[in-house]
Amino acid sequence: MLAADGTPLKASLARALRRQKLRALMLVAPLLLFVLISFIAPIVDMLFRSVENQIVSDTLPRTVAALEDWDPASGELPDEAVFAAIVADITEASKAKTHTRVGQRLNYEASGMSSLFRKSARKMRRMDEGPFRDAVIDIDDDWGKVETWTVIKQFSGDYTGGYFLASVDLERGLDGSIQAKPEGEQIYIKLFQRTLIMSLIITMMTILLGYPIAYLLANLPLRISNLLLILVLLPFWTSLLVRTTSWIVLLQGQGVVNDTLVLIGLVSDDNRLDLIFNQTGTIIAMTHILLPFMILPTYSVMQTISPSYVRAAKSLGATDWTAFWRVYFPNTVPGIGAGAILVFILAIGYYITPELVGGTSGTFISNRIAYHISSSLNWGLGAALGVLLLAAVLILYFAYERLVGIDNVKLG
Amino acid sequence: MKKLASGASVIALAAIAMAGTAQADTELTIVSWGGAYTASQQKAYHEPYMAANPDVTIINDDSAAEAVAKLRAMNEAGNVTWDVVDAVASDAIRLCDEGLAMEIDPDEWLAAAPDGTPASEDFGDLLVSECFIPQIVYSTTFGYRTDMVGDTPPTEVCAVFDTENYPGKRSLEKRPINNMEWALLCDGVAAEDVYDVLETEEGQAQAFAKLDTIKDDVVWWSAGAETPQRLADGEVVMGSTYNGRLFALIEEQGQPVSMLWDWQVFDLDGWIIPTGVSEDKLPVIKDYIRFATDTQRLADQAKYISYGPARASSAPLVGQHADLGIDMAPHMPTDPNNAQTTLLYNYEWWADNRDDLDAKFQAWLVQ
Repeated sequence: MLAADGTPLKASLARALRRQKLRALMLVAPLLLFVLISFIAPIVDMLFRSVENQIVSDTLPRTVAALEDWDPASGELPDEAVFAAIVADITEASKAKTHTRVGQRLNYEASGMSSLFRKSARKMRRMDEGPFRDAVIDIDDDWGKVETWTVIKQFSGDYTGGYFLASVDLERGLDGSIQAKPEGEQIYIKLFQRTLIMSLIITMMTILLGYPIAYLLANLPLRISNLLLILVLLPFWTSLLVRTTSWIVLLQGQGVVNDTLVLIGLVSDDNRLDLIFNQTGTIIAMTHILLPFMILPTYSVMQTISPSYVRAAKSLGATDWTAFWRVYFPNTVPGIGAGAILVFILAIGYYITPELVGGTSGTFISNRIAYHISSSLNWGLGAALGVLLLAAVLILYFAYERLVGIDNVKLG
Repeated sequence: MKKLASGASVIALAAIAMAGTAQADTELTIVSWGGAYTASQQKAYHEPYMAANPDVTIINDDSAAEAVAKLRAMNEAGNVTWDVVDAVASDAIRLCDEGLAMEIDPDEWLAAAPDGTPASEDFGDLLVSECFIPQIVYSTTFGYRTDMVGDTPPTEVCAVFDTENYPGKRSLEKRPINNMEWALLCDGVAAEDVYDVLETEEGQAQAFAKLDTIKDDVVWWSAGAETPQRLADGEVVMGSTYNGRLFALIEEQGQPVSMLWDWQVFDLDGWIIPTGVSEDKLPVIKDYIRFATDTQRLADQAKYISYGPARASSAPLVGQHADLGIDMAPHMPTDPNNAQTTLLYNYEWWADNRDDLDAKFQAWLVQ
C-alpha cells in the first residue's frame, strides 16, 4: 500500500513516528542531560571508588613489581631488591608528597602504616646506596615483619575487593584466604540487618497509623477534611531537625512524657522510661516524620473510590466489616503499596534522625557511611557500603514487583 | 567519569566567574565551627581586620565539622572555594598527609612575639604539623550537676566510673578517643603507660571491660552542644564536652554545674590553608593569618571564650570577659590550678590506630 507521495505507507509511517520520537527526546534532553551530569555521573563515580585502588601501584610502582615474585606464605622477608625498590619509591613519592597518602590508604588495612610511611620518608631520602635491607629495618621494626609486606602485596592491584569484604565483616588472611573478621570487629552485617528490620517496623507503623487518618481525610466533609489535611501537612513543612529535637524534648528522661507519667503515678520517679537514645526513640521519631509519605498516597487513592461500591455491597447483604474488607480495602492497596515503598526506601537511607535520637542501639548503616565519608575519609569503604545498600533496595524493589506488581502502585 | 564531573564544575565555575567580575573587593571565605566560637573569632580577628583593611570582606562559613570531606571533594573537583579553614590538630595532620593543606613556614608566615621571639619558638611544641597554625588550646573535660552529687562532689575523673556513689546517667563522646584513656587511667594504668597499654590487644580489652561497667549508664554524644543541654535538663549527672561549652553553661547561663578538671585532655585548634587557593588571594590570606595569629589577637579571643591562646607570649595578656567582666585566666584549661593532671591528645598514635580502634569501639557499642 502506498501513501499519497508514492512511498510505501509503512515506511512513511515509520518516518513520521521517528520524527515524533526525536522531538520528544529533544524536549526531555535538557532534563536528561542535567540528571546525567549532576546526579548519575557523580553517583557512578562515587560507587566506582569501592573497587578503585590505583594509588598503591601508582605511588609504589617499583615495589609492586619487585614483590610480584615474593610469596608471603614462605614466611620469609622479601629480598634486597624489594627493599631497594621501596626506598626509591618512597623517596620519589615524598618529593611529590604522596607518600603519606598511600600510608593513609594502607592504614585502613593495617594500623601503623600511616606513621610508618610518614616516618620512613624522611630517613629514606638520605639513603643513597645499598645494602638497604638492614638500614630500612633499622628505621622501624615494622619493615622487618612479613605482615607489612603482605599488606602491600595484597593491596597492590589496581582494583580491590577489599572494601567489599570489609563491608560484610570479612577480611583476607595472611595466606590470602577469605575469613571472618574477629568477633569484636564485626559490625556491618548487624547494622544492615538492623536497618532493614527497623525500616520494616517503621513502614508497618506508618500503615497502621496512616490508614485511619487517610480514611478520615477521604470521607469527612470537605471543610473538616481540609483542616485535617493542613494538620497532616504542617509538620511536613517544618524543618526535620526541629521535629527530631522536639521528640528529644518530649521523650527524654526528664521530658514531657516521662514527667506526665510520673505526675499521674504510672511510673515512679527513679524508674523513668528509656524512650529515647535507643531503638524506641528512632522508631517513634521516624514514624512521625515519615507518616505524611504514607497518608498522602493512600488518601489520594481513597478519594477515587466511589462510595457506591460499599453501598452496593451492603445492599447485597454484606456486613460493615465484609463491605470494608472485601470491597473497600482491596481498592486502597495500590495507595498503601505506593506509601509503603516511599516510606521504606526513605527509611532505609535515613541519617540525621537515627544519629540524633538513636543512641547506640538505634543507629542505621547510613550513620556508618556518613562516618566513613566525612570523618575517617575511607571513601572506598563508604562507597562499598553504599553499593550494598543500593543493591538491597533494588532487590527488595524487584521482590515487591514480583509479589504485588509495580503497576498496582498509584500515587493518586 | 571524573572528566565529566569536572566538566560540570568548569561550567559552574564559569557561571560564578561571570557573576563575580563586577567585584573589586577581595572576599575571604573563612570556615569555622559556628556558634560562640565563630563569634569570638569575629570579634577578636575579623572585625579589627576588616576595620584596618576596608577592601577585604570576610565571609563566615560554619561548615568546619565537614571540612575534611569537603576539602577533599573540592580538591578533586579542582575548585577550592575556601580560603582559610579552622581545624582541630588531628584533622590538620590528616589533611596535611592527604596533601589537602598547604605546608607553611611559621617564621615566614607568622608574626614574631612583641619581644622579638620568633613565632616557631613562641608556638613551640604546639606546631604539631607542617600545615597547622595553632590558635587555641582547648580541653575535653567533665562537668557535673552540683545538685545531683550529694554532699561529696567528685574531685577525680574516676567518679565517672563510680556509679555507686554517683548514680545517674553520664554523657560521653561516641568515639574511642579520650574514653579509652580515661578507662585505663581509672583501671590503675599510669598516665605515661596509657598508650603502650592501649596498643596491645589485652590493653584494649581492659579498657572496654572498664567501659562495660558503665555502658548501661552512658548517653553518647556526637555534637559538642549535647552534653551542656543534657546537664541543663538534669538528664545526666556528669558528662564530657569542650571546656568552653561548660564555661558558657556555668558562667553565662548560671546552671548548677561545676567543672571537673581532673585528667582533662588537651587538644589544639587552629588554621590551615587549603592547597589550591588562588594565587591572587594568597597575599591577602597571608596578611590575614599574620594579623589574626599575632600575640594580641590570640589574647583578645580569650575575652569572648574560655580557650587558652596557643602563643606563650599571649598568656600574660589574657584579661577579663568582654560582657561578664570576670577574670578569664582561672577559667583557662592551661591555668596551673586546672592543669594539675592532664593528658595531651597523642596525635601520632591516634593517626595510626584511629581507624582500627574506631571499628572495635563501634562494634562494642552495637553489641
